[in-house]
Formats: sequence, structure tokens, C-alpha cells
Amino acid sequence: MEDLGEIVGEFLMESHENLDQIDRDLVELEQDPNSRDLISRIFRSIHTIKGTSGFLAFSRLEKLAHAGESLLSKLRDGVMPVTPTTITTLLATIDGVRSILAAIEETQAEGDVDIDTIIAQVNAQMNAGEEAPAAAPAPAAEAEAPEPLAEVPARVAPDPVDNQRKPIGEILVETGAAQASDVGSALAQQIEGDERKLGTILLDEGKAQPAAVSEALQAQTPKRSIADSAIRVDVDLLDTLMNMVGELVLARNQLVRGVMETGDATLVRSAQRLGMITSELQEGIMKTRMQPIEHIWSKLPRVVRDLSQSLGKQVQLVMQGKETELDRSLLEAVKDPLTHLVRNAVDHGIENPDQRIATGKGPEGTLTLRAYHEGGHVAVEVADDGAGLNVERIAQKAVENGLLRPDQIPNMDRRDIMAMVFQPGFSTAAKVTNVSGRGVGMDVVKTNIENIGGAVSVDSKPGEGTVWRLTIPLTLAIIQALTVDCGDQRYVIPQVAVLELVFIDGQSTKIEYASGAPVYRLRGKLLPLVRLDRALGLDVGGDQGVYIMVLQADGRRFGLVVDRVLNTEEVVVKALNSRFKDIGLYAGATIMGDGKVGLILDVSSLARRSHLTADAERQNLEASSRAAGAGGSGERLLVTAVGERRVAIPLDTVTRLEEFPRERIEHAGSREVVQYRGQILPLVRLSHLLGAYGEEPEGDTVSVVVYSEGARSVALVVDRIVDIAENSTTARRDAEEDGLVGTAVIQQRVTELLDVRRAILAADPNFYTDLENDELLVEA
Amino acid sequence: MASRQFATFEVAEQLFGVEVHTVQEVLSYSEYTPVPLAPPAIGGLFNLRGQVIAAVDLRVQLGMARKALEGQVMNVILRGDGEPVSLVVDRIGEVVDLDDDTFEPPPDTLSGPTRDLVVGTFKLDGRLMLALDVNAAVDTLRVTT
Repeated sequence: MEDLGEIVGEFLMESHENLDQIDRDLVELEQDPNSRDLISRIFRSIHTIKGTSGFLAFSRLEKLAHAGESLLSKLRDGVMPVTPTTITTLLATIDGVRSILAAIEETQAEGDVDIDTIIAQVNAQMNAGEEAPAAAPAPAAEAEAPEPLAEVPARVAPDPVDNQRKPIGEILVETGAAQASDVGSALAQQIEGDERKLGTILLDEGKAQPAAVSEALQAQTPKRSIADSAIRVDVDLLDTLMNMVGELVLARNQLVRGVMETGDATLVRSAQRLGMITSELQEGIMKTRMQPIEHIWSKLPRVVRDLSQSLGKQVQLVMQGKETELDRSLLEAVKDPLTHLVRNAVDHGIENPDQRIATGKGPEGTLTLRAYHEGGHVAVEVADDGAGLNVERIAQKAVENGLLRPDQIPNMDRRDIMAMVFQPGFSTAAKVTNVSGRGVGMDVVKTNIENIGGAVSVDSKPGEGTVWRLTIPLTLAIIQALTVDCGDQRYVIPQVAVLELVFIDGQSTKIEYASGAPVYRLRGKLLPLVRLDRALGLDVGGDQGVYIMVLQADGRRFGLVVDRVLNTEEVVVKALNSRFKDIGLYAGATIMGDGKVGLILDVSSLARRSHLTADAERQNLEASSRAAGAGGSGERLLVTAVGERRVAIPLDTVTRLEEFPRERIEHAGSREVVQYRGQILPLVRLSHLLGAYGEEPEGDTVSVVVYSEGARSVALVVDRIVDIAENSTTARRDAEEDGLVGTAVIQQRVTELLDVRRAILAADPNFYTDLENDELLVEA
Repeated sequence: MASRQFATFEVAEQLFGVEVHTVQEVLSYSEYTPVPLAPPAIGGLFNLRGQVIAAVDLRVQLGMARKALEGQVMNVILRGDGEPVSLVVDRIGEVVDLDDDTFEPPPDTLSGPTRDLVVGTFKLDGRLMLALDVNAAVDTLRVTT
């Protein structure tokens, strides 16, 4: 019974591979309907599935495969033409086979996959193609009818290998590497009792070149067939091997260090040799985990075909660099983002045939997938020759969504504007289709790729097309990293995030404080600093003799203060136990040269912990986009500090965040006002409104939240902007207090929700009266 | 008579036991990497033949002050759910065969964090062994009261 399980397992694996191949071949066949090679290949694959399923008594599977085979035989014999409809039917058959296989894999039985509909469809096809409108077709149960098939054996037995190996002398003479007479005399020597091999004799006597002899020896060994030269290996086994090799590397390092100390020359040589072998072994094991990107591309022709057909578009898919290899785990991670980009390109990138013709292009669009090595990375591009991205529309949309200010647009690079499409909730599709346009996806693509240490970018030329580009590290398992000291512990920081290092001597370079927040003047610009010891909750050290690592993550730049930077090395990343996930500061762990465990820091989450700086607005927006990306659909709130209290304001009511110098606050009657963009902006201090009298915050500026409607604006003064949060309200309670609509727990802290209308009226009692004539948007 | 094998160890003079099949190995180790901001029961991480193992301080889990991870410390490495995890203990005892009739539920007088971790009491010659709930013992996110 166990044996049967194994056979079934093998059958499943083999069939899945066959089906993928059939998918590709069918799509290709549609392009090239007369290719008999393709038809025969598809036929053989289906036939193999049919044969094996019959043998394993999967009768429904056999029946379905048989139906497909019958239809194919008509195509093969030229009785029926290859049309898109037949291809669709065949693809449906393949999908049916796939579902049965999935059922078998799960339950060991065929399940109740509906095959009758598919078979009826196939029969209808055959009848339509065969019978002219003349006679009524025979009753439906004639799956047997087109039986007389030339039975191709399920597996072709390998050609008997030519067992008679060609004598090496003969090969050498034929290739002109040795003279017939020399070979003759060498043979004569062998007969006389010389026990050396023929090649050796020739070499020793200088009658042939070593290279030629070894070439001849290789030619002599029969070539291994593909089936013999590849075996299936369990991925877990490879992972285990990988771990063990990692250990071996460590053991080697320790050994080499020890041996060097003894100074024994023989031992040192052996240790060096061991070192070399270990490195090669490591490289070899790494290679076994590499797979060509073709693996994940193979499904795309079908995706493109189905999608373009349903959208009435014509798309040709071109693949370049299929053989480019990537680590297995990375391939898995890239699969979904890539599929999304391809679907997006077909849906939005490539225009309808009519539109294409109208703009002077051919009706058929081209979608190009390209993969290649570049530096230590693999680049994967998805390029279409469609209409290109509409930069103006993206800019407009970004302003509408509050991601950009109108005055920022003119100074922005086109590419930066295009990159806005990676923001959560961003979609410029005029129409929401079931394929894309919902504004989910591009941000997920970005997140997924960044999670594996890669990057996404987009470039586009109007009318010429768009190129989406994924840059992916070669492997996840090994990264270049910097080791640093903080307190008495050592931490590891991925080098991709490190821009530069600065040593702080306290004299020419020093850390300064902007109202308590540490900053460093990096070439005249202020760099916000995060102290690693503080971020980790350790004892905080001094500001002198430390290093600043200038890091970049999530598009923001900050400095990480550490005690010492040690060196760069390649480290093997180990996943960290789930119990450490909640801390969020660690990306993983690694075994360091001394055998101790080192923690790898998560630079993005450190960046998140760096507090707001002068450029608060930009960071707020980034924070909000992250919040929206991570969370669900809850409303976004701007969290501010007012005295000891936290007050939240719905973000969609906020127009701008500003900082005003204190001296700009003027008085008009009993009110405080500020001149702002040629207007008089009334201010209301939330601390007064909410009765939260506390210490006046220090500093020369006040933080305000500007709220505008129509031509009118008011500003709410807060002590500090804290963060932007998603309101996934865990506990919410209506407040009795004036000026509030309730309280909620946000980020584990009790936060009051501001009654915005009430606050605005406190600043400007006439705010709504002007509006109410034409707009009734605001409820009383 | 049905009997089970238990691996025993001591923490603060109390004998504890876990079923033998849940134990991967027992070893002493001296180099631990602390994990700042981790739950208090995490003593640190260490390298077990290339695998990163979290050491859970059983004292903290039992509501006591944490053990100083200095010098050689005994670890009982449990197979865990998918990944091994270590329990830091004071001393390793023997492996004992225990008949089911020596088992009793935890005494009603037992309370506090220990009560949550213990599934029962085995009456040994001269002393009592508390059988640990392996999953609860390594659950560092559990709220200790």
C-alpha cells in the first residue's frame, strides 16, 4: 500500500509538470495552429496521464483525459482545424484534470469534480467540427466513438545505449589527435604485457596531447539521458544540508584559527585545503537551491492569453532570460507580485486593438518579460508597449488622496510622481474591472518585494509603454551585513540599508539636540537620529566616540547611533522564533564567527521608531500610508498630544499640517490669528477648548492642524503631532465631555476623538453659515 | 500497569518532570545572546548546531526572579511545536518510569503561576514530582500573574 502511495505521489508530480507544459504548448499552438509537433507533444502528454490514471484506477480522470485526447486526435489528423474555441475547450479539460489531481492529492480519491460538463463540451466541439449541418449528431454518449487511435506507448523506452564503447585509439585517430602508427605501436606494447592504459602510453611517449586524450575519454563514455542526469530532491533535505554546511563553515573557521596558532606547516596546509573544499561545498549547496525563473514564468502565457481574450485585446508575450536563476524561496515570493504586474500590464498597459490602430500602432500589443543579472541582484522587468502612465493623472490623484500638495508637483521628478502608484489605495483606473483598478495590488507588490530585500520601480514614456522593474537579491539566505556593538552586545545590520558611516568625536562632529530630539548635521542638512541603545531599552550611553550609521528604509533617511562598527561580513539569515515577532525590531538571527547568536536588526521598524522631525508632514504621510497598508479599512486618524492627553482628528478632515513661529501669532479681538497665504487664519487652542491646561510646550513654534472648506480655513493648535494611526477601534466609548465625540483605544493608549465641527465653530462661529447655502454636506 | 517515562529536573529545589518523548536533548551551554524588549521569560538565544534556540527561563515562568545566565547553565531542549525550544533549569535529574497510579491531580493548595504550568503530581519515593504542561511552560506570551 505504501508503494502505491509513492507511485501516486510520483504520478501527481509528473502530471503537474506535464500539465504546465501542456498549458504552454496549447497557448503556443493557438499562435501556430499548424504545428504538428506541438499537437503531437500535447497528445503524448495527455496520453501519458490517461494511461497512468487507468493503471492507478482513477477512472474519472481517465475518462476526462480520454475525451481531451480524442479531440486532440482530430486536430492531429487534420479532421478539425485549431481554433481559439478548441483551445479554450482543451484548456478547460486541462483545468478539469488539474482539479481532479488536486482532489487526489488532498483526499487520495478523485472527488466529485464535474467532468461531465467538460466532456459534453468536448463532444460538442468534435461534433461541430465533424458533422456538417446535414445530419443530426449521434447521441451524446459517444465518448467511445473516436476510439481508433494509434496507441502510443505510455512511456517510450530509452533507446538501447550503444554498449560497444568505441576504442579510445580509434577516437584519437579519427579526431586526428594521434597517429594511427603510434596507436598501433602502443597497442603492440599492451599485448606484450605493458599494463598501462593506451592513453597513458601515448601520453608518456608524448604521442598525444593530454587535453585530446581526456576529450576522447569523455566522448567514449555514453552521454547520460536527461532522465538519468536529474533527480528529484526534497527541499527540506536541501535546507538541512544548507544548515549543516553553514555549521561546517563555522567549524572550519574555528579550526583554522586554532591551527594558525600552532604554526604547524602541514596542519596549516590541511586546514587551508579544508577551507577551500568547504567554500566550494557551500557554493554547490547554494546552487542546488537555485531554479530558473522560467519556473514561475511558465504559468504566465496562460494568464496573458485568458486575460487578453476576455478583454478583447491582442497581446503577444515575449520572454527573455528564462534561464536566469534565483533562490527557490525568492522565486516563491516573487511569483504573486509578478503575476499581478503582468495582469495589470494586460489590463491597463496595453490598449484595445482599435485604440492601438488609432495611435498608429499594430493591433497586437507586446508584453515583454525580461530577467537578467545585474551586480549582486537579479532584475526582472515587465514591459508593455501600451499607452504609458499618465503622469498628470497620477499627480492629480495623489493630490486628491492627500498624498501630495499641489505646490509640490511642479518640482517633482516624473519618476517620483509615477512612484506614487505604489502608495496604498492608489488607482487611476477610470473603471474598476474585476482584474485590477481597485487600488489594491501595487502597494502589495511593493511590500512583498521589499520584504525579501528587493526594490520596485516604474518608468514610462507616454504612448510608448511602461516598464516595471523588480530588483531582487540573489538569495535570501545569505546577506552582506555590518556588525555593530551596542552596550556589551553585538548586532547585525543588513548592508543594503547602510548609506554611510560617521564617527562622532564630539569635537569636529557632534550630536546636537533640537528640543530633546537628537540630530546630526550631515553636510548641512539635519539627520534625525535614533539611539540603538534607547530603541532597545538598554542603558543609554554617551554622545562621544560613537558612530552614526546613516540608514535608509521605507524612503526615509535617519542615523542610527551605535557604540562601535566592527566589520562587514556575509551572514546566513536564520528565521527567528515566532515569539519574537511582536517585538518587531528584529529581522532574524544569525550565527556569528565566534559561534554566538547575533540578532539582525529590522531597519524599517527602527525607522518607524524614529520620531517626527521638522519635515513632519512628509513623514506623517509615509506613516499613514504604512498604516493603511498594514491595517484594514478603518478610518485614519491624526493623533496629537494636547497636554497629557492624546486627541485624535479624522485625517480626511485635515487639509494641512503646519508649524508657525510663535511671534507670528497675532490678536484680533479676543481671538488669536495668523496670516496665512494672504488670509487671516483663526486659531483655536485645543488645550483651551478641551480644558487641558498644562504647561505651555517649549519651543519657538506651534504645531497646527489646518482645516479648510471652500475659501475658509481654521487652524487647531496642538502641542505635538504624535502619529497617524488606523482606527481599528478595540474599545470606544461615547464621551460626556464637551468638544469630544468619544474616546477609543488607539495604539494601546486611550485617545480622545475630537468633535471637529465643534472645534471649528469655536475658532470661527461663521465658518459653516457661508457654506450652508449651497452645500449641505455637513450635518448639524 | 500502564507507566510513562519522565525526564526530571529541578528548579528552586522543586522536582519537575516532562514526558521523555517531548525532550530532544539535554545539554549545558554558556553563551546566551540577550534579546532586548523580549518577554521577560526569554533568557536569551543560543546556537545549537547551527540552529537558533530560544532559552525560556522556567523560574520566570513560575513567577520567580530570573536566573542569571552565567557560566554553564542546564538546558532541557524540548521538541516543541515545529521548532525546538529550551527550558532553563537548575539541575538535571534522572529519567524515571512512573506508574499511572502514582499520579494525582495538582493539590488544591497549589496556586499562582505554578498551578497553570502543572498538570499533576507524581508521588515518588520521598519526594513529589510536578508534571509540567510542556506547551504552557514554553509559552512566553502567557500573562504571568
